[in-house]
Amino acid sequence: MSSHADYLDGNAAAGELSKIFVMDVTAAEGKCAYCGTTRRFAEAHVYMQCPGVVARCAGCEHVLLRLVNVRQRVFLDVRGMTYLSLDMSQLQESSR
Amino acid sequence: MWRVGTVAALHDETATARTITLEVPDWPGHIAGQHVDVRVTASDGYSAVRSYSIASAPNPEKHVELTIERLPDGEVSPYLTQEVATSDRLELRGPIGGWFVWRPQQSEPIQLIAGGSGIVPLMAMIRARVSAGSSAPFRLLYSVREPGAVFYRDELQSLSDQDRSLILTYAYTRAAPEGWARPPGRIDAALVANTTWPSKLVPTCYVCGPTPFVESAAGFLSACGNSPEKIKTERFGPTGGKK
Repeated sequence: MSSHADYLDGNAAAGELSKIFVMDVTAAEGKCAYCGTTRRFAEAHVYMQCPGVVARCAGCEHVLLRLVNVRQRVFLDVRGMTYLSLDMSQLQESSR
Repeated sequence: MWRVGTVAALHDETATARTITLEVPDWPGHIAGQHVDVRVTASDGYSAVRSYSIASAPNPEKHVELTIERLPDGEVSPYLTQEVATSDRLELRGPIGGWFVWRPQQSEPIQLIAGGSGIVPLMAMIRARVSAGSSAPFRLLYSVREPGAVFYRDELQSLSDQDRSLILTYAYTRAAPEGWARPPGRIDAALVANTTWPSKLVPTCYVCGPTPFVESAAGFLSACGNSPEKIKTERFGPTGGKK
């Protein structure tokens, strides 16, 4: 159990990330570049009370992703993930 | 990306929570458990975005119901629960999320655990189960402050009266009805062990509520032998920030 629970989870960031990703990211699997754990993005700890979105690994709290809006530009930093694996069948379902 | 929904109906669930039914002509359909982002824009152009879970089952009428709890110092929820009127228009983004969802083709036992307004996406799953004619066995453990804070009470009671494979357990944290066996208090390991599906049945578990609630409920499920891959969580809390 975490002693400081000021985070949400990957579900909360999915609306903002839908600006960039056509497919649902919450069900996507991301591998943490620091500890090597692979988890669903929905499980990431997400901090929204900042000028953007920061997602951290639920296992080691290493930063996985940062998204910052600056006027008409969106900056996306995904250095913290070795990869993000998305299920193409989700695309068909979400475009019903 | 932003769709426009028109407020078709308003219904108070409790003294502080209201259900808004929106008609969204270009709604693509949703899956139970998904949420939407709602954007409200003031006359000076300031806008704020908040996420709200969808309470309604998928339906052909393109109706989307949101149940919103008013946060005392909230920026958006007081407007949505006190000022929005029928025929008003709201901007929506979504449906969002493909992980914290229940699909009618799932036939395994389902364990739902709600903390306060975390009941909303779980209610969509219960409603979707009914509308799809599913016989998947469902259990709901609903932790709530007091009897007056329960959302959807009559509907839940009526559904569980009609169907023995929908089992409800209420856990009151501050005030329980008279004669209630369990003294008011947070959910604990014993309650979760005694009222949720045995892990040997390999239920899929959905936990939704404020972050500390979700952490403890997921921990208790895990301690009962449920594997982490079978415990899906959705945390909510104040978000803030201008978008």
